Amino acid sequence: MARVDLAIIGAGPAGMAAAQFAAGKGLSVCILDEQPRAGGQIYRDVDRVAPLRGDLLGKDYIEGRALTAGLGAPGITHLAGAVVWAIEEGPRLAYTQDGKGAVIDARHVLLATGALERPMPLPGWTLPGVMTAGAGQILLKQSGVMARRAVLVGSGPLLYLIAAQMVRAGTPPLAMVETQTRGDFIGALKHLGGALRGWRYLLKGLGLLNEIRRAGVVRHTGAHGIAITGEGRAEAVKFTAKGRAHRIGCDTVFLHHGVVPNTQAARSVGVAHCWNAQQQCFVPELDGWGATSVAYLHIAGDGAGIGGAKVAALAGRLAALDIAARLEAIDATVRDSEGAPLRRATLSELAARPFLDTAYPPLAEALAPADKTIICRCEEVTAGDIRGYARLGCIGPNQAKAFGRAGMGPCQGRYCGLSVTQILAEENSQSHDATGHYRIRPPLKPVTLGELAAMDDAPEAAE
Amino acid sequence: MNNALPFEDLGEGRARVAVSFAGQELRLPEGANLAAALLTAGITTFRHTPASGAPRGPFCMMGACFDCLVEVDGVTRQACMMEVRDGLVLDMPQAGER
Repeated sequence: MARVDLAIIGAGPAGMAAAQFAAGKGLSVCILDEQPRAGGQIYRDVDRVAPLRGDLLGKDYIEGRALTAGLGAPGITHLAGAVVWAIEEGPRLAYTQDGKGAVIDARHVLLATGALERPMPLPGWTLPGVMTAGAGQILLKQSGVMARRAVLVGSGPLLYLIAAQMVRAGTPPLAMVETQTRGDFIGALKHLGGALRGWRYLLKGLGLLNEIRRAGVVRHTGAHGIAITGEGRAEAVKFTAKGRAHRIGCDTVFLHHGVVPNTQAARSVGVAHCWNAQQQCFVPELDGWGATSVAYLHIAGDGAGIGGAKVAALAGRLAALDIAARLEAIDATVRDSEGAPLRRATLSELAARPFLDTAYPPLAEALAPADKTIICRCEEVTAGDIRGYARLGCIGPNQAKAFGRAGMGPCQGRYCGLSVTQILAEENSQSHDATGHYRIRPPLKPVTLGELAAMDDAPEAAE
Repeated sequence: MNNALPFEDLGEGRARVAVSFAGQELRLPEGANLAAALLTAGITTFRHTPASGAPRGPFCMMGACFDCLVEVDGVTRQACMMEVRDGLVLDMPQAGER
């Protein structure tokens, strides 16, 4: 039976930074990650890909190699392609790797499971050819695959980044259908002070916009009434902007209106969460080190609230310090003195966030979708269905499951949970906190009987 | 290269191996992400939903949405979490099966 001081789930910036820091304090660390190679989504496959197309993906992506290199430090075991499907008392993690089930025991667990795209339910969003902007980026990063005739729909910095990368690859998007309005920008000006302190982010954004403009990509702003149409696959995006109706023919649609914490694993062990009105999502309740309401569990990175890759790495280090102190590898004075500069850096990295969150808010018509729009992609439950459940007395997402299977498909509510909470909260005139979220139970990912049958003692891990 | 296909492969010089999808014989880059390779080969519909039979293809590419499910050796798996191997035989998951 493998046993380590610290088990980390997720090899993105938070997990990788935490692993290196914790190992540096003398802890034995096992980092488990679903992907075949480290990096998370932001630095997906960076070691292999940076030499192939790092110029196209940009400096911020290539920088991820500093973190992946850190995983080579002594005391760190990286289990690649390991899908964790249960976190149990002990704590003990159950996972599948290479078609075999296994378990690992740890003294402490750090969740670094990152973010998901905010669900963007629009008419036609389930058609083949409609993907998240994150998916478009993953295709480009990991596979070097470009969409030839794509329209980008939504708002936010990631949309500009992917557009600029497509321009560099010689396949610019056909158009950008942007949903933010002039009013959003004016509202964001009250956060300009913070934005100027976070000037690097603004400068990067302006640079991307420049690239997009120079390539002649058409930008529509203030778009609303958006629908994706097509027979059996995406064929066009329809929308209204500045009082005019538009239709743009395309093969691929990339959707994006922000990312939200992936809270599945944390919820499965009963970590308390609360609604964050600024980011319009649930976040786990944490102290300043990432400690949760569950004694053996910390959370770091975008899974704790959206801050981006640099903030995630800093949060990973802060969590590693606190965990090392709790496991008595360092004392609290060392934790505090080493933590102070990390905290200052975090505040500086977060300075531009209120400006960006206000300038690029989630799309209202995707937060409160039309009745016919599918909310639960797996079970094909519509917004109107959910509203109907509310009229019958359904007050929360768990009850909604009993009314009509919403959230009971294979994605386990990952892409409908927030929508269902938002619709029920609105229909019942309740707060998001009172409405709550799906209860999440293991297995977090499907596990086959064959994988369970092949379960044997856990692999060698750092002792 | 077929410029009419929705996706273009910038090319990594991988060897091509034989994969079949729903009876269609394909030559895909070995070791590449399976969902990405199928998209590049012009496959847009990976399955049909059990609820209504609607077509679906990859959506998130990060193992979260379960829309890119394919059947491998009788087991339903996420194509975006697999790599291309020589001789893979893939099918659409049986309609109506959960």
